[in-house]
Amino acid sequence: MRGRGHETVKVAAEIAVPIAIVVVWELWARSADSQFWPPPSKIVQEFNDLWVFEQFRSDVVPSLMRILLGFGIGSAVGVAIGVPLGMSLWARKFAMPQIEYWRAMPPPALLPISVLLLHSIGNLQKVSFIAFFCIFPVLLNTIDGIRGLDPTLVDTARAYGIPAHERIRRIVLPAAFPQISAGMRISLSLAVIIMVVAEYFSSTSGVGYVLLISKNTFQLGPMWAAILLIGVIGYVLNLAYMLAERRMLAWHRGWRAATPQ
Amino acid sequence: MASATQEITAEDLHGPDPTVSATGTPRLTGFVVFVLSFAFALAFWQAVSVSGVVREQDLPSMTATMGELWGLVQTGSFWTAFLQTARGWAIGLGLATLLAVPIGIVLGLSDLAGRAFRVPVEFLRPIPSAALIPLLFLTLGPTLQSEVFLAAFGAFWPILVQTMYGVRDVDPVAVDTARSFGVPKRERLWRITLPSAVPYIATGMRIASAVALILAFTAELFMGTPGLGKLLNYAQSYGLTTQLYALALATGALGVGTHLLFTTVERRALRWHPSQRVEAV
Repeated sequence: MRGRGHETVKVAAEIAVPIAIVVVWELWARSADSQFWPPPSKIVQEFNDLWVFEQFRSDVVPSLMRILLGFGIGSAVGVAIGVPLGMSLWARKFAMPQIEYWRAMPPPALLPISVLLLHSIGNLQKVSFIAFFCIFPVLLNTIDGIRGLDPTLVDTARAYGIPAHERIRRIVLPAAFPQISAGMRISLSLAVIIMVVAEYFSSTSGVGYVLLISKNTFQLGPMWAAILLIGVIGYVLNLAYMLAERRMLAWHRGWRAATPQ
Repeated sequence: MASATQEITAEDLHGPDPTVSATGTPRLTGFVVFVLSFAFALAFWQAVSVSGVVREQDLPSMTATMGELWGLVQTGSFWTAFLQTARGWAIGLGLATLLAVPIGIVLGLSDLAGRAFRVPVEFLRPIPSAALIPLLFLTLGPTLQSEVFLAAFGAFWPILVQTMYGVRDVDPVAVDTARSFGVPKRERLWRITLPSAVPYIATGMRIASAVALILAFTAELFMGTPGLGKLLNYAQSYGLTTQLYALALATGALGVGTHLLFTTVERRALRWHPSQRVEAV
């Protein structure tokens, strides 16, 4: 951005500061010797013991599956509802109070209800629960993306007698896609959070489950390893989505113009 | 900081859908549609529970739940819990704002500081705060401190990122003009950089407000700090299904309330700002 000044100093700072933080934490944790705050080296070792690859299949894979399935289903539903709502003012007016209510609802408040309604603490409940809350960011962004569409585009297509489903597929969805995609990115990070909360509430497998068990058995090592893993999952999924988005939206001029560098 | 913009929905930038309460349509029609919308949802609920598609132990009827809610709002213990949750939200959000805005200004203004802390921020930001619950439970216990810490930790990141972005997005022509007129650095910060960053900070706070409420509630549900979450946990443990539903509805109402509070304050307070004028077109 503002590339003036001593570039080397900045690069050095960018590398040195994170390392310094970890080193200070390591030294402090070793001298304090508290069981609650293990040094990073110990957490990394615990992380290796636990996830690479002891419990990878039993706990990490189920969690990832739930995140991705819930995210996928929620996004699809969000777009499917968002398109008609974006195109019809009255449908939107009618549905908006409901949408505003459910998306303001703190997700954990519905956890016990989801268990009751679905008679499940397994994948069915986890995936539906994640999917439900993934709907809203995508839904709202779909609506906004469609409302922000150039009306000339749609009217021209209509004047040429292009049928409605073709208009949606070829004009409305592509034009709204950058915004839909931004909503999907929010949903993806939401899916990780909700996975943790749902598994921590009731489950028999998953990263959140490991978190719960390690709390109940007072094992701080696995707990820190689980926290680190959840951070890594959140970070990696976000990064992966950003790269995928960049490829998918490479054609989009507005997106390019809006992105620095 | 390309990522900062993409985190935000259009709704976050522009405020809520203007068709809901915009001036374009008569307010009365809007209100009627609003009432119809809720009436329809409640009627649907009643129909499902009466038809017996879902067992009554799993889904109490709408009328029974509303009756339960009506009973609840007349008890002092409900309001105590309601205010306790609101307190966790308010203190958490307040602390996060007090910390994140100054830090965001420093990291946004100084290229060196921004670069130095880029990696830690980018790594800590996506960590779901809920993962810290067991750690807080074991260290601080089911206290107000752990609830506030959790809420503040979660709320800190959106405000920080938005503040940094707002400070960096200031119009360079305005800054350069002020500089060439010899306006001192502190004056430039107060009169140009900060005012133009305020809408970004407001957006960050609105996102953070939802996060803080969720985390305050989650702390209560999972750790047993007093509040609505704890009541909900009790209702679930004792199989008081109707009360469980009533409490969930009340929690949703608190969510809507805090959201409305923020959008209203934001719209009023930022009336002077061009971003609000552009939106009105």
